Amino acid sequence: MFKSFEPNKIFAITSKAPKYVLFLFIVVLTIGLTEALILSPEDYKQSHAVRIMYVHVPSAWISLGIFSFLALFSVGSFIFKNKNFSLISKSLAPSGFVFNIIALVTGAIWGKPTWGTWWAWDARITSMLILALFYALYLLAWRIYGDKEQVIKITSIIAILGAVNVPITKFSVDWWNTLHQSASVNVLSNTSIHISMLIPLGIMTAAFTLFSLLIFLMKYNTELIKVKNKGLDRL
Amino acid sequence: MINELISMNGYGSYVWSAFSFTLISFASLYFVTMLQLSKEQTRFVSKFGSLNEEKARAARLQNINREILSNTSKI
Repeated sequence: MFKSFEPNKIFAITSKAPKYVLFLFIVVLTIGLTEALILSPEDYKQSHAVRIMYVHVPSAWISLGIFSFLALFSVGSFIFKNKNFSLISKSLAPSGFVFNIIALVTGAIWGKPTWGTWWAWDARITSMLILALFYALYLLAWRIYGDKEQVIKITSIIAILGAVNVPITKFSVDWWNTLHQSASVNVLSNTSIHISMLIPLGIMTAAFTLFSLLIFLMKYNTELIKVKNKGLDRL
Repeated sequence: MINELISMNGYGSYVWSAFSFTLISFASLYFVTMLQLSKEQTRFVSKFGSLNEEKARAARLQNINREILSNTSKI
């Protein structure tokens, strides 16, 4: 099954896809920004400060989602000894880390007008900070041990430990009393957010997903060419 | 209208700084990734160019090498 995803077979697609994804991202982002900054209504309580939600929430969702995939592929590369899986997880990390930082910074900016403080050591915010540390450790491990054999073992351990933090981050607002509000958008139960705000949130999430796909494809192509460069050295 | 959009009832500095930070982060990540990709592509092309005819022929047998070369013909 894994053979159909071999780099030699999919490079023809991954090398051409970025320009189409970039075009789609610019279109969706333009629509999303227009909706988020101009067309969507202000909140009766938070006024225009609510617009920060349109960058903060998708960033947090995507950083958590990317880490879940990263952990999955890391475990896969460790169990199946599949080098392609480790290249995929390595390529996912940079955009996940940047989305995590965006979620933390925009959360702090949103916190000041709504809570009166830039930072609070509550469960959600602290667990997001811990996730950023796991991302940083993961990227650092690749940088330090990149050429050594133990890199897959080390990065897999970091990814598995970090993956434990993902459900803690997600459910922290339900398990503990936090300053951070509980989830307004739920897949399995009622969503408390109004449709006029849900639409721009959905469009911005789509735009951010496209951006993470774009960075992933570019990074994956870079990693494949790096491997091929080493191959040329051995010829 | 424009003033209202900029000030946003006094929340403009928060909203615009959050959006600006996000977009600047996107642009930075995109350009850094792009730079790394084109650096590797350039390295590949120069390494490929230094191969002798026999080795170059052997390398060209792999689809992926041909794809990399076709994508970097503009560099």
